Amino acid sequence: MPIPENAVRWVEPPKMSVLDQLYIPAIIEGLGTTIQHMFAPKVTVQYPEQRPQMPPNYRGVHRLNRDEQQRVKCVACYMCATACPAHCIDIVAAPSPWPDREKYPETFVIDELRCIYCGMCEEACPVDAIELTSLFDLTGLSREEMMFDKEKLLSVFDQTVKTGSDPIRTRGGKLGPAAELPK
Amino acid sequence: MTHTLLQTIITIVVMMGVLQGACAYLIYVERKVAAYMQARIGPNRVGPFGLLQPIADGLKFLFKEEVIPGNVDKLLFLLSPAVAVGTATFAFAVVPFGPTSNTPGEYQFVIAPGIDIGILFTFAIGSLAAYGIILGGWSSNNKYSFLGAMRSTAQIISYEIPLGMSILGVVLLAGSLNLERIIDQQVRDGWNVFYQPLAFLLFLLAVMAECNRLPFDLPEAEQELIGGYHTEYSGLKFGLFFLGEYTHVITTALLLSVVFFGGWYFPGIVGPESGIILKLLSIWLKALAFILFYMFIRWTIPRFRFDQLMGLAWRTLIPLAMVNLVCVMLVKEFRLSLWLLPPTSLALLLGATVLSLKYPQQPRRRLLTVAADGQPAVTTAR
Repeated sequence: MPIPENAVRWVEPPKMSVLDQLYIPAIIEGLGTTIQHMFAPKVTVQYPEQRPQMPPNYRGVHRLNRDEQQRVKCVACYMCATACPAHCIDIVAAPSPWPDREKYPETFVIDELRCIYCGMCEEACPVDAIELTSLFDLTGLSREEMMFDKEKLLSVFDQTVKTGSDPIRTRGGKLGPAAELPK
Repeated sequence: MTHTLLQTIITIVVMMGVLQGACAYLIYVERKVAAYMQARIGPNRVGPFGLLQPIADGLKFLFKEEVIPGNVDKLLFLLSPAVAVGTATFAFAVVPFGPTSNTPGEYQFVIAPGIDIGILFTFAIGSLAAYGIILGGWSSNNKYSFLGAMRSTAQIISYEIPLGMSILGVVLLAGSLNLERIIDQQVRDGWNVFYQPLAFLLFLLAVMAECNRLPFDLPEAEQELIGGYHTEYSGLKFGLFFLGEYTHVITTALLLSVVFFGGWYFPGIVGPESGIILKLLSIWLKALAFILFYMFIRWTIPRFRFDQLMGLAWRTLIPLAMVNLVCVMLVKEFRLSLWLLPPTSLALLLGATVLSLKYPQQPRRRLLTVAADGQPAVTTAR
């Protein structure tokens, strides 16, 4: 198909004035901008000394919430493990020692290296037991170290409650209405 | 007017130390300026305000493993950093870096005082630094390095011409190529920049291109050529290239202040009777101002396209420098007032602008239409 001449729209460059063509005023204007930036406030965060404030809906390390009696809130329903697209949650359920629920997680292991921090486990959880916190600097020396078990995840809960860096959904570990269990 | 052997040796040793220390700290200043312009803080971990950073960098360069890639031309690969540094420091020999005078017996702040071909020597040796780049790029046996080297060749040859021609007007005014005499002439008549603003502008542009500073840094364009000619270099050899580059920057900044801003002379503040400290301060502060200007420009103007770079040199700088030179010759020949020169410069600049507006050089665009059945293809040029 030949392109008809009238179908082509030529875009002309804008006309330049004498001052534009001289380029020197433009360069001076550019210098003004860059020099202005030299005195503008800096955005650098001095990281190890100065911690950045993460937004409260940041998706960082997981935690397992505790209820008022300091028991693990999880009822081992496997919904998070089912929802997880990375298959990083491994739960072993056992009959609950407490009368108000049937099951509880005997072990609850999250592979933090496999996790993609999508927050789907958090959405799936019917009792608001699993949550993503705003802790972002997760490090370890071995792969085994990065497999977070139940104790570790509960200790993340304790730590975030103590420092007041709770996720926005369940501030202070107080659970939402979905977590109300039948008496 | 000349040094004794001992004086020369002491001057060389001291100036080598000063130059290398200055180069190290210029890299620090460059990083700080860059950071501040980008709303960052810059190096601040080593020592107070990161002031020991250059020393840490230097140590790193010294102790880093020297990698020599397998297929390089070893002799030239090892030689080229040495050429780059050697020529850059050699060119410094005739540049005054402090008070100079015509009084015999007085100490001159030049490594080799009284050289009558001063400027010529600096340019001749300084442009040899291109060999460092070309040899480095070629011997690396790497297409990117070679491309950088080729660009550098074309660029340095092109900008050598306006560089030399723009300064000829000043040489005519002083009647000498000797840099100390050029300062003397400015002490008598006032700074050359007032008489020849156009020549100053041309010289500044050409000098930036010669130093491979950012708007003209096509030989090493990181984004296009992954470092260009020094892609394959690491450790101390890479450091030597850096040293050469920054020595060049210092030399040209000093040249700019000597040739156009009177060297140590500052009308009203620093005259011929002033003390050595004042004169030293005067010349080095001017040089520092130029170095800072290079750095500001670096983060202000984006890099040229290669055809723009060549067009700027051949279509703008060289004709302007030539006409400017003719104007200076006319003024000198007919003994007209020197104050005719600044309006001439302005008129030349405006004239060139109007000319380039009237006859714009736009890239030619071609519209290639595909052949229809039984009809030939038509190419339309606009």
